[in-house]
Amino acid sequence: MAVVEVTSENFDEVVGKSDVPVLLDFWAGWCGPCKMLSPIVDAVSEEETGIRVGKVNVDGQEELAARFNISSIPCLILFKNGEEAGRSVGMIPKQKVLELVRS
Amino acid sequence: MSETYDIVIVGAGTAGLSAAIYAARSGKSVMVFEQMSYGGQIVNTPEVANYPGIASISGFDFAQGLYDQATGLGAKVGFESVLSAHKKEDGFIVKTDGGEYEAGALILATGAKNRPLGMEHEEEWVGAGVSYCATCDGAFFKDREVAVAGGGNTALEDAIFLSEYCSRVYLIHRRNELRGEKHLQDVLRGRENVEFVLNVAMKELRGRDGLEEVVVTDKETGEDRVIPVAGLFVAIGQMPENGRFANLVNLDDKGYIVAGEDCRTAAGGVFAAGDCRTKEVRQLTTAAADGAVAALAACAYLRE
Repeated sequence: MAVVEVTSENFDEVVGKSDVPVLLDFWAGWCGPCKMLSPIVDAVSEEETGIRVGKVNVDGQEELAARFNISSIPCLILFKNGEEAGRSVGMIPKQKVLELVRS
Repeated sequence: MSETYDIVIVGAGTAGLSAAIYAARSGKSVMVFEQMSYGGQIVNTPEVANYPGIASISGFDFAQGLYDQATGLGAKVGFESVLSAHKKEDGFIVKTDGGEYEAGALILATGAKNRPLGMEHEEEWVGAGVSYCATCDGAFFKDREVAVAGGGNTALEDAIFLSEYCSRVYLIHRRNELRGEKHLQDVLRGRENVEFVLNVAMKELRGRDGLEEVVVTDKETGEDRVIPVAGLFVAIGQMPENGRFANLVNLDDKGYIVAGEDCRTAAGGVFAAGDCRTKEVRQLTTAAADGAVAALAACAYLRE
């Protein structure tokens, strides 16, 4: 499924009201490892049909980053029923991303 | 039947991809295995300004260029972890978490990873105040107090970068003298919001939901000092990860693969390139140079 750009404006719509798990990728343009992880997250969103995937550019979405206590990126958070259900910090291989979304 | 390649390269950092470029241009079939993402450590660097012929490039763009060049020449990059490698009669068997492969020659370009402080439960603090990448995470600590652990160039560069927008930066180092370039030291000494905390040992990380305090012990007086910081950036060097190849090659006491400038290891047909090799200077240029040397040596080995 297409990856959604998530902001504090559409967060409730995309994540809060979702009836499927949502994986959010917190990233920034200044972060090299984030740029490496991004295509892996894209690939996972193509393969895993039972989830939604969103990206949060912390450069501009400081409020969302602060709300989820992000202090290190790349950071992936899995939401189920609008609640945080899992988190991974740092560059991880595709297999680990799959493990997170299937957890 | 397992896939067979002339040359299998372990690691898709600068050394591994440079080797892939040279090997592919020599007409060899090449597979590069990478457990994380291509590019290696340089991806963490926002600006590379010391690569001859390139005045300035981001680490990410440099890595992307290497990857595109290597794959464009026909080298394959497989995102699998290499678990072990064994010598067989006419080559090597490489086992990964994705399968088993055969290779005529092996190039180990496993690089090095950030050295952790070695504190208890350190990994639980990652993402809660402890970071190994100041350029990635510095912005989260705007107007807050942070510390940098280390005394080399990376630590000094991190401290300078952080001092631009953090209210206070403590540079914590275990020795009395900093190892990094004098120029960087001078810049730091000129910053009013930077304090040097030297000749101390890291003792404890404290905080409830996130990092709040770092406790260090003065090596001379033995007294503890509590430093109130929300972030701790660790830049105390790198460490290799070559244990899985100890059956094939010799490792020095720090775990680096013993090999000279010719990149030859104790085992015929196994070459070591880049930061994973015993060497004095670990830079992009020396990694790229090793890649070329190892690839051409591997080609020569295959001809024998």
